[in-house]
Amino acid sequence: MQVVVIDYGMGNLQSVLRAFEECGADVIISDQPASLKTASHIVLPGVGAFSDAMNQIHAMGWHDAIRHEAIQSHVPLLGICLGMQLLADTGCEGGQTQGLGLVPGTVQKLVPDTPQTHIPHVGWNEFHRVQDHPLFEGIADGTDFYFVHSYHFKPASGQHAIGSTPYCGGFVSAVQSDNIFGVQFHPEKSHRPGFRIIENFLNIN
Amino acid sequence: MLKVRVIPTLLWKGAGLVKGVGFDSWRRVGTVLPAVKVYNMREVDELIVVDITATAEERQPDYESIQEFAYESFVPLTMGGGVRSINDIRSLLRCGADKVAINTAAYADPSIITKAADVFGSQCVVVSIDAKRQSDERHQCYSHCGSKPTGLEVVQWAQKVEELGAGEILITSIERDGTMEGYDLDLISKVSTAVNIPVIASGGAGTYEHFYQALTQGKAQAVAAASLYHFTEQTPLQAKLYLKSKGIHVRTSQLT
Repeated sequence: MQVVVIDYGMGNLQSVLRAFEECGADVIISDQPASLKTASHIVLPGVGAFSDAMNQIHAMGWHDAIRHEAIQSHVPLLGICLGMQLLADTGCEGGQTQGLGLVPGTVQKLVPDTPQTHIPHVGWNEFHRVQDHPLFEGIADGTDFYFVHSYHFKPASGQHAIGSTPYCGGFVSAVQSDNIFGVQFHPEKSHRPGFRIIENFLNIN
Repeated sequence: MLKVRVIPTLLWKGAGLVKGVGFDSWRRVGTVLPAVKVYNMREVDELIVVDITATAEERQPDYESIQEFAYESFVPLTMGGGVRSINDIRSLLRCGADKVAINTAAYADPSIITKAADVFGSQCVVVSIDAKRQSDERHQCYSHCGSKPTGLEVVQWAQKVEELGAGEILITSIERDGTMEGYDLDLISKVSTAVNIPVIASGGAGTYEHFYQALTQGKAQAVAAASLYHFTEQTPLQAKLYLKSKGIHVRTSQLT
């Protein structure tokens, strides 16, 4: 097993690395797209704005490498937070920008539904499964995970929505298309339930 | 529903974990790293670690130690103390902190809040405010670990930091700190109702009921405490079970 955490030059990836290590994975952080050739699992983390991230992904040569491994080689890929959003067709943060186009959908700003609802959505909130999936094995419905975000993934079709979270009227907090997964929360900062998601992901081949 | 957070605060001085009363009489209660490990094992909602002498000693945060704390932390970690520049914040985040608390530096140059929010996002910018009740019932903000009056009234400063881009406010009552007699509910509620960003109540918690008061009367979104955990048998988990029994939405999924 070789987990590759994609470093596209934005944010701290140590927490992600540590959590995968804690789950027993053989994991590296790489800024070299060629490293994906040896990957058994790919992790696309993310902090920052959609457009900046996509610019970096193009500039560093990740775009085609990620798409190739995910689509042609069927390597399981997990997008975390912004990493999940980048799987979409387009995002609007920092201007309308093309995403990786791996899960059909768009990324939009969260819209508060009550005066008490604040953006960004920061803190522990519930995760509800929309579809049963091996990624959520052993995770009780309604388990709290740690979220930090202002935008959310809107899948083009309900079939790609596998989890939701009750905030701003409810948003899709997990997506899937074949071997490609995305979670809006931070498993690396959600302790035991987060470890379980990571272990479940590592068990997907 | 977004949960209220129960947060242990670890005050760090030199090589030790300390706790004082009224920002004074610091007493050593252990070492920081083992405490980080224990709270992490207990799956707390979040941890706040503040280096209380970095600013007074005019030195940078101790990045090597902070990296070790982050290494052991699989829950969100806020680091504070000695944060003076955007570079300090960048280094702290790079060490693995999820949020950074700014206090004294914000009075000297409020634009650091805006710059930090622009570069790293407001979600990682916590402005820490230490306030003391004055004879006219107003609360004044103090810098330099509670030692220097700033002349600023707390509500005005809280609103200013929100406007500048702070993502969260950690409000501490200087004279309640370490007393375990309860939060300054007037201070907490003044600040909570004046801003739209989350407010973390701090200073004075001695019982779980004090948490309940800070969340209901004080309208805070999170409750921080130190002495209560250092000097009594009370725990963050028991606190949450108590709050849950009184109808507060807390995260208890670590029990399952």
